Amino acid sequence: MRRSPIERALRGVALTVVVVFFMFPILWIVLMSFQTNETILRMPPSLDFTPTLANYKALITGKLVSNAGTLDIAFMGNLWNSVLLSVSSVALALILGVPAAYAFARHKFRGSEDIAFTLLSFKFAPPLLVLLPLTLYFQKIGLANTYVGLIWVYQLICLPLILWIVRGYFEDISPDIEYAHRVSGHSWWSTFRKIAIPLARPGIAAAALLAFIFAWNNFVFALVLASADKQPVTVGALAFVTASGIQYGQIAAAIVLSIAPTLALALVAQRYLVEGLSLGAVKG
Amino acid sequence: MNDGAAAPGATDAGEGSLESAGRGESEDRETDSVAKLSLHGITRRYGRETVLDQVSLDVPAGGTLVLFGPSGAGKTVLLRVVAGVVEADAGEVLIDGRDQHGIEPEKRGIGMAFQNFALFPHLSAFENIATPLHSRRGEGATRAERRDTRTESVERVARLLKIDHVLRQSPGALSNGQKQRTSLARALVAEPELLLLDDPLRNVDAKLRFEMRLELPRLLADQGTTVVYVTQDYKEAMALGDRIAVLVAGRVEQIGSPEDIYLRPATKRIATLFGDPPINLLDVDPECDADGPYVTLSGRRYPLDPALAVAVGRQCTLGVRPEALRFGDASEPGAIPVTVEAETPLNEKVVDLVTTVRGREILVSRPAHLSGPASGEAHLVVPMERALLFERASGERIRPRGGSPGSPDTDAGGAR
Repeated sequence: MRRSPIERALRGVALTVVVVFFMFPILWIVLMSFQTNETILRMPPSLDFTPTLANYKALITGKLVSNAGTLDIAFMGNLWNSVLLSVSSVALALILGVPAAYAFARHKFRGSEDIAFTLLSFKFAPPLLVLLPLTLYFQKIGLANTYVGLIWVYQLICLPLILWIVRGYFEDISPDIEYAHRVSGHSWWSTFRKIAIPLARPGIAAAALLAFIFAWNNFVFALVLASADKQPVTVGALAFVTASGIQYGQIAAAIVLSIAPTLALALVAQRYLVEGLSLGAVKG
Repeated sequence: MNDGAAAPGATDAGEGSLESAGRGESEDRETDSVAKLSLHGITRRYGRETVLDQVSLDVPAGGTLVLFGPSGAGKTVLLRVVAGVVEADAGEVLIDGRDQHGIEPEKRGIGMAFQNFALFPHLSAFENIATPLHSRRGEGATRAERRDTRTESVERVARLLKIDHVLRQSPGALSNGQKQRTSLARALVAEPELLLLDDPLRNVDAKLRFEMRLELPRLLADQGTTVVYVTQDYKEAMALGDRIAVLVAGRVEQIGSPEDIYLRPATKRIATLFGDPPINLLDVDPECDADGPYVTLSGRRYPLDPALAVAVGRQCTLGVRPEALRFGDASEPGAIPVTVEAETPLNEKVVDLVTTVRGREILVSRPAHLSGPASGEAHLVVPMERALLFERASGERIRPRGGSPGSPDTDAGGAR
């Protein structure tokens, strides 16, 4: 399609405006992370400052130096907890959810819709409502403040998401393609691994990415169920609100460090997402 | 589900005996040996809808059976029941006399080509074709040797189907014709003893369809496999099948040779499905006088075969193929006055639409080199010996009793 130069220019301007509008907070946070609290808080704000790595150094060494003295913070520990919790939760949700999604997509059995809907309904309840009884149970059976317990609770976030997104992708694969593989002499299991999974991979990637972001951003579950040594960054960031004031520089640096993994993952998964869109040869 | 009570091997030799006993033609070949594939009373319902209703048929080893029927007749479902990917609610599938109940599709030793090709989009054409070979034990002791045999088999069948130059491409990059050949190659490569082809020429262009229609019978004969071929193109059905099973609304309405189906259709519906332009159907009420049974067309008396006397007094429909009709002089016996309304030249033949005095429309077809009236008044000769008589309400053909010479039932020659 040919476009006139004016249209192209307007299009470019519009895109720039949108990108700046949405990216500005991120950009500002990145800039803040290289400043001290003093330069951040001066009025009017200015871009004229000498960049400092002090914020990152404080986070990585775990020593928060403020004018009121030195404070220990476990940010790197929190970051590690976030990675561990999110990766394990998504991995577990994939192991459980993908075969389940396939079953719901391909085998209409008695009550299959009800079970699928029940799993989705986990997302309906307000988390706080679930949390109180859950905390009591977890304390009784010794799961409170354990990684296993948290990963289990995180399934409330990840599993329905993966199940419902991936199910749609499985349903879009023509059953004939799977029949063709079966008739060619391959077992059900082989067909699932070699045909269904590769063809649904874009959907699985998208669902896994979304589930990862939701798990990573979760706050309430970890706040209630985990103590300091098991807390992810979302909860750990509370430590920056100190008695001597809010450490904006460190918070900004912490945000930059904590969005980095999600961003990296999104960039990697993007390849699969695009591949999924161009894989148009599924149907004859 | 089917209880699978019948002992393996105890196949019923009478073809279509359960369903179409009353309609099936007596000259259906009986299989001496155990049929390669036999179906007994296959029934399949989806919800309230019965898609397959007591379908029974046999395919002898090495034979080709064409499953013909309008869309929605249940042809594809039947093929899937045979392949084992769809389960029948009742009835049994026997391959080599063995009940296939509970046998997984991968264990049935079947090759299958799908109407929408069903190629694996993430694999190359080569890998697609090679899929059936991975599961079967290749010859050769080592892994490398087995791979070589596989490559050889794929390339051989690809050469046969003229797709050896596109083997490295992914299905998305292939034309429809190449996709169709790839899917056919995948079905053929492992040399299965039973081949199920689900309307493989449906989605390819007219030229390729014509080529494949010529090539396929030879290819299938060379392989020596037993073939079930699904199509809704009557020309394809007549070109490919030793025998044709006509499936209408989930029931086998007739099984027979292409000739049987064309000249001795069991029902009005089958007569309409075969032939282009379609058969002319005229409502008639056979009567009887001293000279025997007759029908009246445009006020003229047309004597019926005496063997058709059973039709007298019943409401009937007369079926006459457009190519059986011809224009003639008013003086000829059996000529009725008609008006030629329109003429459609179709290269090798010319089809005329004519109306009778009573305003009934009739199609007349003649070879293009024969001249005929293009418009205006003319006379039409109706050859009663080539006409078919159907009972109007049930649509079933009224068979001559005793079968006198000259009736379509004994006269094998003619209108093709």
